[in-house]
Amino acid sequence: MSRQMTGAKMVVQSLRDQGVDVVFGYPGGAVLPIYDEIFQQNEIRHILVRHEQAAVHAAEGYARATGKPGVVLVTSGPGATNAVTGITDALMDSIPVVVLTGQVPTFMIGNDAFQEADTVGITRPCTKHNWLVKDTANLSGTLHEAFHVATSGRPGPVLVDIPKDVQFASADYTPPAQAKTSHYQPRVKGDTAAITELVAALEEAERPIFYTGGGVINSGTAASQLLRELVDATGVPVTSTLMGLGAYPASGRNWLGMLGMHGLYEANMAMHDCDLMINIGARFDDRITGRVDAFSPGSKKAHIDVDPSSINKVISTDIPIVGDVAHVLEDLLKIWKSRGRKTNRAGLEKWWAQIGDWRKIDCLAYTDGGRTIKPQHAMARLEALTKDRADRYICTDVGQHQMWAAQYLGFEAPHQWMTSGGLGTMGYGFPASLGVQMAHPDALVINVAGEASWLMNMQEMGTAVQFMLPVKQFILNNERLGMVRQWQELLHGERYSHSWSEALPDFVKLAEAFGAKGIQCSDPADLDDAIMEMIRHDGPVVFDCLVEKHENCFPMIPSGEPHNKMLLGENAETGDAIGTKGAVLV
Amino acid sequence: MSALQIKKGSSRHSAYNLRPQFSDVQETHTLAVLVDNEPGVLARVIGLFSGRGYNIDSLTVAEVDHTGHTSRITIVTTGTPQVIEQIKAQLGRIVPVHDVHDLTVEGPSVERELALLKVRGEGNNRVEALRLADIFRANVVDSTLDSFVFEITGPPDKIDAFADLMRPLGLEEIARTGVAALPRGAKGAE
Repeated sequence: MSRQMTGAKMVVQSLRDQGVDVVFGYPGGAVLPIYDEIFQQNEIRHILVRHEQAAVHAAEGYARATGKPGVVLVTSGPGATNAVTGITDALMDSIPVVVLTGQVPTFMIGNDAFQEADTVGITRPCTKHNWLVKDTANLSGTLHEAFHVATSGRPGPVLVDIPKDVQFASADYTPPAQAKTSHYQPRVKGDTAAITELVAALEEAERPIFYTGGGVINSGTAASQLLRELVDATGVPVTSTLMGLGAYPASGRNWLGMLGMHGLYEANMAMHDCDLMINIGARFDDRITGRVDAFSPGSKKAHIDVDPSSINKVISTDIPIVGDVAHVLEDLLKIWKSRGRKTNRAGLEKWWAQIGDWRKIDCLAYTDGGRTIKPQHAMARLEALTKDRADRYICTDVGQHQMWAAQYLGFEAPHQWMTSGGLGTMGYGFPASLGVQMAHPDALVINVAGEASWLMNMQEMGTAVQFMLPVKQFILNNERLGMVRQWQELLHGERYSHSWSEALPDFVKLAEAFGAKGIQCSDPADLDDAIMEMIRHDGPVVFDCLVEKHENCFPMIPSGEPHNKMLLGENAETGDAIGTKGAVLV
Repeated sequence: MSALQIKKGSSRHSAYNLRPQFSDVQETHTLAVLVDNEPGVLARVIGLFSGRGYNIDSLTVAEVDHTGHTSRITIVTTGTPQVIEQIKAQLGRIVPVHDVHDLTVEGPSVERELALLKVRGEGNNRVEALRLADIFRANVVDSTLDSFVFEITGPPDKIDAFADLMRPLGLEEIARTGVAALPRGAKGAE
C-alpha cells in the first residue's frame, strides 16, 4: 500500500518510522516546508539550538547516551557549513548521526543561489556517506538507507541534502519494510579460526591485557556485558581508551584505569610490558601508542574491530579479527569455555603482583592546594558526591579538565560518558549535555568544562533555559587555555603565547542573564556545599569553579616517547622533557 | 620516583614518522573497484586517495553494466605493502563500493592502455615513424602531408617505449587512457 505525500511530509514520516523522537535543528529558507510539517504533528520533538554546530553535538550526546542515532535538521548554505565541525567530530568518534540539510531548488543548483553551498561536496570527506536527493520518488528510500548506513558496522554520521522543490513535490512513500535492501552489509561475525587462535594465546599468556575502546560501547550493552564476563572469568587486567570508559566498571577488580598520553601509570606500564595485548574495539590512536616503534615491544597483538581498515593501520597485528565486538566476544567466550576455561595461573599471579607494584606509585596523587581549589580536588569531590547516582551522565569539553575528569571520575556503565576524543572539539560538552538530558530527562547530567571551551558554545544557554533542560555546567576556571599553557611550559620555554583570556565574563551573571542559576566557588571549604547546591537545583546551573591557574595534568607520556617513559606529578623532571621532534606532534 | 624521571632532551623521535614495523619496499598494484554508478562516486574514490596521501599512477572509469548501474574503476597505485592493504580496506569502506580486487596478487591479469600520438615530420623522419609504427602495430588514424596520429594499444611499458622512439621523430602530443585490466582465465573478478 503506497501513499502519496509531499517530500516534506515524507521526511517527518520517515523519521517517525525510524523511531525518532527528537530532532535537533535550526530553521531557514531551504527547510521551511519540513518545519511546516514538524509544526503540524506532536510525535517528534524539535529542539531549537542556537547554532548548527551545537545541533550536531547535541545529537551526538543523544546518540551516545541511548545507542540510537541522533537526528539533525538544518538549512542550506551556512546551516550546513556550521554543522561541519559536529559532523567531523561524529566521524572521528564513530557516532551514528543522521543530518538532514535543506538545499536550494534543483533548478538553482550550481547558480550560486542565495544560501547555496555544495553541501555533499563539502561533507563528503567528513561523513560516512551522503546523498543529494533530486527526485521526491527516491526520498523515503534514501532516508531509510541513511539510517541503515549510520548505524551498521562502524557507526558514523550521514547526511541527506534535500532541495526545496523536492520537499514541495509529491510522490509515493516507501515504508522501511518495503525499502530496497541495501548492499551495504558489514560483516559482524568474526573468523572462528582466528578467534580460536586468540583463545589459545590467552590460555598461555603470562602477562595478558585487554585494551578496550569505543567499539565496545558502540557495539551495544551486550558487548559490555560480555566484556565484563570475559574479564572476570579470565582474571586478565583491563584498561580502556578515553572513548571506552564505562564498558568495564571502574569499581571492577581487574580495572587498571585509562591508558594513553594522560592515562594511569599502571595501565601504560602494563601495556608496555605485556606479552599478549587484546585490542577490543580500539584503533591504536597516536594518543594511545606514543612512539610506535617502541610501542609494547614484546607483545603478541590481537585486534578485534568491525572496520577492516583499522587493522594494521598503525600497529602490525598478529591476530586480526574483523567483526562486531559483541559477536566476537560471544564466540570467544564460548570457545574458551569449551576448551576448559584455561588460563596461565602462575603467570597471571606474578603479573598482578607486578601491577600492584606499579599501582603503589599512586600516579594520581596531587599536592593539596591549601586555600586554592586544585582541579583534581574538584573532580574528586564531584566524584564523591555523585558516584552513587546510577543516572549520572558526564560530558566534557576538551583540554586539561577533560583528562582530569577521565582520571578522577569512575564510570560504572556504558553510555554515561560523552567526550570528544578523536577530533578534540572544544565546545562539544555543553550541547552534548543537552542531547543527553533530552534522552534522559530525569538524570543528573553534568558537563565538566573549561572556561575557554565552554565559551565556544555558551549561546546554548538559551536552548537549556527554553527547553527547561536542567544540565549542570561544571566549569574548572583557570583563566587559561590550560592544556595549551601546559605544552607551552613544557615545550616552548614558558612563553605563554595567547593561552590566557582576559575579559572573561562573570559566569554567575551570565547564567542569570539567560534566566538560569549561577554558582561561584573559590574556597575548598565551600566546595561540597556548592556542588550539592548545584545538584539540588531543578534547572540549568553554571558552576564557576575557580581553580589553581598553573596546574599541570599528570601523568603524561611526552610526545614521541614510549609508554614506560611517563612524567609523573609535580616532583617529576619536566624541563626539556620533550625533544624537538616530539614537539612536532602536539 | 627518581628512576622514572627521563633525561633532558632524551626524546629524539617522532611518533608519526617512525614505522619500522612495516616494510618500506614500494610496490605497484592494479586495483579493480566495482562501484554503483551514482553521482560523486569517483569523487569519493579520488578524495580518499588525496585525503590520505596515497598515490594514483593511473585511473580509468566507465560504466560497465548499464542495467545494473555499475561502473568499474581501474586504479594503478604505488605504495608499501601496508599502504596497499590500507588502500584496499579504505576503498572497501566506501558505501557505494561493492568489491575491490587486487589484480596484482589475485593471479595473472592482462593490462592494456590505449594511446594517441601526434607526430610531425618530413622526409626520413616520417618514413622512420611509419616503419616503427608498423613494428609496434600502431595504426594511423589521421594523416596530413607533414603529420600522423597513431593509435596504439598495449601494456603501459610498450606505450612508453613507443613514445620514447617517437620523441626524436617529432612527437607533438600524446593522449593516454590509463590502464584497463582483467584477470586472465575463465573466472571473472566478480
